[in-house]
Amino acid sequence: MRIQTVNRIATSIIILCAGIMVTIMLTILGYVLFKGIRFVDWHFITTVASTFNVGGGIKDQLWNSFYLLVITMVFTIPLGVAGGVYLAEYAPDNRITAFIRSCVEILASLPSIVVGLFGMLVFVNTFHWGYSILSGAIALTIFNLPVIVRVTEDALRAVPQEIKEASMGLGVGQWYTMKKVLLPAAFPGILTGIILSAGRVFGESAALLFTAGLTSPDLDFTHWSPFSENSPLNIFRSAETLSVHIWAVNSVGIIKDKVAVASGSAALLVIIILLFNLAARGLGALIQKRMTGK
Amino acid sequence: MKKWLAFTAMAILLIFSAACGNSNEKTSSSSNSGSENTKAAKSASSSEDVSGQIIVGGSTALQPLAEAANEGFKQKYPDAQVQIQGGGSGTGLSSVASGSFNIGMSDIFAESSADIPADQLVDYKVAVVAMTAAVNKDAGVTNLSKEDLIKVFTGKVTNWKDVGGNDVKITLVNRPDGSGTRATFDQFALDGATPAKGIEQDASGTVKDIVSKTKGAIGYLALSYFDDSDKSVVPLSIDGVEATVENVESGKFPVWAYEHMYTKGEADGVAKAFIDYMLSDDVQGSILESQGYIPVKEMQVERDASGKETQK
Amino acid sequence: MTLNKEGMTPLPIEQSSTRERLIKKSPSVKGFFKRESELRGKWLIYCGALIIIIATVSLTLFLVWQGLRVFLFDGVNPIHFLFRSDWNPGDAKHPTYGAFPIIFGSFAVTALAAIVATPISIGTALFMTEIAKKWGDKALRPVIEILVGIPSVVYGLIGLTLIVPFIANHSDSIGYGLLPGMIVVGMMILPTITSIAADALHSIPNELKNASYALGATRWQTIAKVILPAALPSLLTAVVLGMARAFGEALAVQMVIGNVTTIPHSLLEPASTLTTIITLHMGNTTTGSPFNHALWALGLVLLTMSYIFILIIRYLSRRRTLS
Repeated sequence: MRIQTVNRIATSIIILCAGIMVTIMLTILGYVLFKGIRFVDWHFITTVASTFNVGGGIKDQLWNSFYLLVITMVFTIPLGVAGGVYLAEYAPDNRITAFIRSCVEILASLPSIVVGLFGMLVFVNTFHWGYSILSGAIALTIFNLPVIVRVTEDALRAVPQEIKEASMGLGVGQWYTMKKVLLPAAFPGILTGIILSAGRVFGESAALLFTAGLTSPDLDFTHWSPFSENSPLNIFRSAETLSVHIWAVNSVGIIKDKVAVASGSAALLVIIILLFNLAARGLGALIQKRMTGK
Repeated sequence: MKKWLAFTAMAILLIFSAACGNSNEKTSSSSNSGSENTKAAKSASSSEDVSGQIIVGGSTALQPLAEAANEGFKQKYPDAQVQIQGGGSGTGLSSVASGSFNIGMSDIFAESSADIPADQLVDYKVAVVAMTAAVNKDAGVTNLSKEDLIKVFTGKVTNWKDVGGNDVKITLVNRPDGSGTRATFDQFALDGATPAKGIEQDASGTVKDIVSKTKGAIGYLALSYFDDSDKSVVPLSIDGVEATVENVESGKFPVWAYEHMYTKGEADGVAKAFIDYMLSDDVQGSILESQGYIPVKEMQVERDASGKETQK
Repeated sequence: MTLNKEGMTPLPIEQSSTRERLIKKSPSVKGFFKRESELRGKWLIYCGALIIIIATVSLTLFLVWQGLRVFLFDGVNPIHFLFRSDWNPGDAKHPTYGAFPIIFGSFAVTALAAIVATPISIGTALFMTEIAKKWGDKALRPVIEILVGIPSVVYGLIGLTLIVPFIANHSDSIGYGLLPGMIVVGMMILPTITSIAADALHSIPNELKNASYALGATRWQTIAKVILPAALPSLLTAVVLGMARAFGEALAVQMVIGNVTTIPHSLLEPASTLTTIITLHMGNTTTGSPFNHALWALGLVLLTMSYIFILIIRYLSRRRTLS
């Protein structure tokens, strides 16, 4: 009898824990969206931020976030997939491989601010790139690389061994097997991982504070030459992203409507990241279906 | 399957282009800045067409003013591009000394930090910012002698009743060590005493929030942050002198500092044009005052780097 | 490696049609292209691996060197730096560099966050794997993924606009302090711990559980006596990973903790962490000044702690494979 009571109490506590978890998620989403969504309108998205006037928007910050994400992914995806392929298929079982695994593990668990400090030390100060998109993108690459490596490796390992053996047995080389058989089979998994990591990169702030900077020049959206100073595409200009903006208006800013700007930005940020999540699940499932359905 | 070939080819290409691109751009950007310097030097001699690109960065306090000035500057000199960055006073001084910023903005004199070759930098004082202690209304004080103020900030007194206020605990709200606001306040309001540890907040807005909501809190804010409609934050008079713009200008109220723009060597080209514009009536008049600064030329006293004050 | 060589060797003619279909190359240049492509592929992949090594090694070396400057060039005693509480590097006349309160703050926030998050996380993981076996995982995975995805500044903003005012209204403190820091960071590491714990519990062999149930044990007895002990090293790994994340969290904590470099005596008192002091002061100090170097030394402490967390995780995983 007593044992049954203990069992029942313990079970309800466990259910309570799960309930708390769901409540926390709902509270966070509900609070951020409810509080911020009324500040998000067309004007907010398409107006330039102001450092001293009320009524600033987040146009440049939003663009910077996406642009930085794209540049980061251009660096990260080839390197990360290559690293993952190496670890899954090429790596001989020796010291060097063990060392690379340790490196991935270390990079994955480094606090993002440490990566940001490194970026500041090397790219901003030593290479004199200044606070720039390039510095920020490389810092984010270091931060994101281990994620893509792991995702790729896991996805490749999940491909049934028989498929690989069949290809190899036909006399196809290792690289061709990889390219034509293994990678396509692992593609849905890798894609899902990449999109999820994109959400992480999109919301990252601590690594960018010291690398991409806290300001953004007035971008001229009619001017697309990547070498012009205020072109949106220039990678040597400073670029404040949406999440850095949220921190900056609260911690160093002086604008009077910081609550509106920060809440609006937060709501927008969360919505975009939810979309990334949905896209990751949706696309992964879709491709899986098309590939297996064929 | 073709797509995969294309994808890997693209990946290889990207790595190549990234690797090469980086080194190329690095050299080209450095050569660019070289040519810009010469260009800027030329344009200075002709003084007609100001063109080129400069980076102004540093003090986050001065950043809004620089950005506001830049809007007018752009219209006057359409060929010149000024990129305004923040980063903090320390970054401003280090970066102008190392050459990564053309103009470094700072709340403090370059002489006050030992690692900056102050003799290589040229100081342009673009504005004066005055500040005073901001006290929560429940503390019940509106005036303190400097002696008492020092006692409050150094933690020798922990209750407002000991300095003539209500029976409320004192809560200190500091600025980060090294920030210009703190340096100024420590030097001129506390006569160089080191304040006791308190919460540190960088943003004036946050300091104001905390002071207005916390019983017995005291922090310090630039004069522009006090407004008459909000009685929850009281600007403190020191030694009976009210913290007003007039008292600062006449030299009666001591807690003020210059906002500096530094260049390495004499300013030239766009940097010179920008600083001239900052010092022109276009900026020194309405823009400056609307942001709560005091024009330097209105000051009847001046100070040097050691804080020594002289009548103009 | 042997397979690789096999792939390069010429094949019997009867297999070449299948091979052609797979690689779609014209027969005349087939061999040439294949070899080149193999090489290029290999080169690309080794390049990826190499960059991972370069990034890790250079990052470590640069930060260690920069972090040691304050001890090597500015004459600060490392023992004093780590164990004294007189942090006052901005003082013009007598700067002092006792960073203990800051280091203590980091550990306090980390430990408190782990204490808050661990029971909820492991409870949720048990719910997913033991109680609602059929739908628990499906229902809670998305919740975890959403929580992981929410950026840290958003957590910070919630702390600043919801938790800090709440605490300020319900106590006689200012609201900023260890407590909101603990709640914000605790929320952030919930999904980390939960997802790893759930994976660990999933991997417990069913035979173990069935044996326990067959002996007449209740669910709770099975969980407490069989499942949790069996999964202990993995669960510890989950908690340590969560703590590693908590230790390095910067901006969210900075927004709510109050940033006082003294040792807090209660949860309601403001404190500071390594990350908050670095973010707050980095821009205000000039490059090359002792103050600036001291901040880099704080960064070095942060880096060292990340390495220590990794070592602990390694140790735990070794224990896991042994048992």
